Amino acid sequence: MTKTGIGASVKRKEDQRFITGSGQYTDDVSRPGHVHAYFLRSPHAHAVIRRLDIAAAKAAPGVLGVFTGDDLAADKIGGLICGWMIHSKDGSAMKAGAHPALAQGKVRYVGDHVAVVIAETLAEARDGAEKIIVDYEVLPAVIDTAGAQAAKTQLHDVAPRNTVFEWAIGDKAATEAAFGAAHHVTKIDLVNNRLVPNAMEPRAAIGEYDPGQGAYTLWTTSQNPHVARLVLSAFIGIAPENKLRVIAPDVGGGFGSKIFIYAEETVAVWASKKVGRPVKWVSDRTEAFLSDAHGRDHVTHAELAMDAKGKILALRVKTIANLGAYLSTFSSSVPTYLYATLLSGQYDIPAIYAEVDAVYTNTAPVDAYRGAGRPEATFVVERIIETAARQMGLDPADLRKRNFVRKFPHQTPVIMMYDAGDYRASLDKAMEIADVKGFGKRKREAARRGRLRGLGYSTYIEACGIAPSQAVGSLGAGVGLWESAEVRVNPTGSVEVLTGSHAHGQGHETTFAQLVSERLGVPMESINIVHGDTDKVQFGMGTYGSRSGAVGMSAIVKALDKVEAKAKKVAAHLLEAAEADIDFKDGKFTVKGTDKSVAFADVALNAYVAHKFPTSEIEPGLKEGAFYDPTNFTFPAGCHICEVEIDPETGVTEIANYTAVDDFGVLINPMIVEGQVHGGIAQGIGQALTEGAVYDASGQLLTASYMDYCMPRADNLPSFKLGFTETRCPSNPLGIKGCGEAGAIAAPAAVMNAMTDALGTEAVAMPATPQAVWKVAQSQQKLAAAE
Amino acid sequence: MAQTPKIAVAMTVNGQDVSARLEARTLLVQYLREGLRLTGTHVGCDTSQCGACVVHVDGKAVKSCTILASQCEGAQVVTIEGLAHGDKLHPMQEAFREHHGLQCGFCTPGMIMTAVDMAQRLGTPDEHTIREELEGNICRCTGYHNIVKAIDAGCHEMAKGQHRQAAE
Repeated sequence: MTKTGIGASVKRKEDQRFITGSGQYTDDVSRPGHVHAYFLRSPHAHAVIRRLDIAAAKAAPGVLGVFTGDDLAADKIGGLICGWMIHSKDGSAMKAGAHPALAQGKVRYVGDHVAVVIAETLAEARDGAEKIIVDYEVLPAVIDTAGAQAAKTQLHDVAPRNTVFEWAIGDKAATEAAFGAAHHVTKIDLVNNRLVPNAMEPRAAIGEYDPGQGAYTLWTTSQNPHVARLVLSAFIGIAPENKLRVIAPDVGGGFGSKIFIYAEETVAVWASKKVGRPVKWVSDRTEAFLSDAHGRDHVTHAELAMDAKGKILALRVKTIANLGAYLSTFSSSVPTYLYATLLSGQYDIPAIYAEVDAVYTNTAPVDAYRGAGRPEATFVVERIIETAARQMGLDPADLRKRNFVRKFPHQTPVIMMYDAGDYRASLDKAMEIADVKGFGKRKREAARRGRLRGLGYSTYIEACGIAPSQAVGSLGAGVGLWESAEVRVNPTGSVEVLTGSHAHGQGHETTFAQLVSERLGVPMESINIVHGDTDKVQFGMGTYGSRSGAVGMSAIVKALDKVEAKAKKVAAHLLEAAEADIDFKDGKFTVKGTDKSVAFADVALNAYVAHKFPTSEIEPGLKEGAFYDPTNFTFPAGCHICEVEIDPETGVTEIANYTAVDDFGVLINPMIVEGQVHGGIAQGIGQALTEGAVYDASGQLLTASYMDYCMPRADNLPSFKLGFTETRCPSNPLGIKGCGEAGAIAAPAAVMNAMTDALGTEAVAMPATPQAVWKVAQSQQKLAAAE
Repeated sequence: MAQTPKIAVAMTVNGQDVSARLEARTLLVQYLREGLRLTGTHVGCDTSQCGACVVHVDGKAVKSCTILASQCEGAQVVTIEGLAHGDKLHPMQEAFREHHGLQCGFCTPGMIMTAVDMAQRLGTPDEHTIREELEGNICRCTGYHNIVKAIDAGCHEMAKGQHRQAAE
């Protein structure tokens, strides 16, 4: 391992600009003469718009334009789309209700977009919006996930019973048969609480139209600028792709919420031509709560069939998934192929059958949020196995060990083919780091102080590196999920890498450069990673689903292979040797068995000067591109162990210990990987203990600010204990599995297994806030007193 | 409608005297970002919870979204852009880089300004105190683990620097 190569904890290249305040986020971009957009949003969860009068707003000071859904329709601007087709059990296509960027006659959630006001200043745009007159005929709202299908009110004409689809996976008959032969059946009812992603940088967009070129530029907070351009062009119809440039500059966190193509950037870029000025929109935090795509929101009943020895025979699951008022960009894939395909967990389960009903409600759209389906699956599998162990009087770690998959590749009953792993190794290591042996003593000591101490496991698995294009295509994806890269070697030997991935906190400028530095022997400071601009970078699929290492870096490997091959040809001419005799190592080309060598930078220069080789045989220059499509998903897995201590008098929970042992395959930069794990765990603990989006019965979002939605703060969390095990991923050249989501996937189950252990009842819901915990603790004490 | 009345405001920002005529309702953060183009100070919420906008006003950490520019008349304001001495980073900036105390970087300027204030008030606080002091700064990326480590290290570096200064 070199000092900056693969496996080194290199300090991040991107940090210099962020710690000095020189980052360039979308809101930091200032265009000459830009004006401001303000969206008038629906105050009602469900209403028909009887009248929309914008005359007074148009005449307000500073206002340049007021636009409604009619204006978009007149310009043939299409609605927002959902790019993943799901078919119901009966073969019918999912029921996608129309999703206009600005409402057409009806609003379906609080925060839905009614009109946009463009003005010289933001204050004038807001003042103008005050003058818009809307007559709403308020309709009853459908809010409850489990009750949506039985509601008398229907959101979309195309979707009877507010049902998007009724989907199923697995072998129903085999599962029923296994349950018939079971020695023990564990049943569990779970709610996976609705979350708001809350990247610290609110969404933002600047649209600009250049009449000379007849072309638009959109600066936007996107995790995947090319996908945004494709959708805005081919489906929404803003402009042809070659007349639309999308730039995603520094992006302040995404966690999934910035994958999607939203109404606001659509309108901002379209309106820039209408008003003849660049149009800027920046979300405020309450708008973000109202209109960013939310995450999770499942109601699940699950049953686990066991034999007398504690071997799992079958799992059956029924989930109702709330997708909100409209189908967001990838919403339909989350509770189906990103969820139920992981219901086998780390276990060898012979039969699984899962049904998922997706429903519309008068709430913000729900889509991928860090983990996207896999936290929900892990929560089901890990809560039910822990519960089964308790019911059968078995040690929860032992029960897991008895059922772990041990032979690879392993075909689960729900599509996935696990390629590599050692689940026992990560469990053992985590138990050692967490000092599980000493837990009994710690629990007794806590009891003496009047505290309830509990321990919970989560042996999770996830499918990452979301790709193979044919595979996802067969499951309904509207796009292939390969990745692209171009490696441009400059004449002086410095390197630019153009990647289709996009970094919004992950540190690609460092990790990707580490790969190039190791391969080409070029120093880190001579390598630039270029991303986030459709005019600079070839088409790429972007960053989500922990895919940029496994898929994005693999594309760079392919391009580097081509660069090396080409450079060897040039070097052979420079060294007057046969190409087959040229070796390349540590930035030097050598001739086998001789001391003749030439440095990489000299080869680069000669490749461009092109004096010393026949250009009829070898093209001048040194620049290669590659598209990489993996052969399988990757399967990061591991074991998280959480230990909590509860004060039953106040309901306050302290995370006393949190241990994570993960197998991510080969680590490029352990420092960055650890940081990804920390952040994921914090979001998972947030889901378990503090966070929850709450709508009241009329559809008002009660948790629409940081005063009401409890983001985890530093004093809610401990320092984490991390460890790693490694099984190389066989499905990509670097052996990488991906690390971005593991913490958020594993943590909720680990925390809730610890909470239910401490409280002595399975009936503890997320978020386990002090009030909720206090209630459970009090009723448990009453029960104990009565006995 | 009448023009919104403007008032004259003068202050020192990062050592430079600045003045402007501003709408009375202009927040300090708006003046810094839009008036002076000091975009390192960020806005992450609208309820003074997230701390992305923390700057120093007369040596104290202040959420610049919660103070009017006009309230800073005559004040010494320091933003993230003014923390380093030329190319030499402030020890707290160095500590954030050294300990990977940032990911997306959006909360980072506010975190660093809060951390410097913490060191100035408390010297070298323990982990528990650092975590409690960070109540007003939200980070969504790091889980705070490395921010806490960075602040601990930065506080110790700042304390060493003060010892050096005192000895000189």
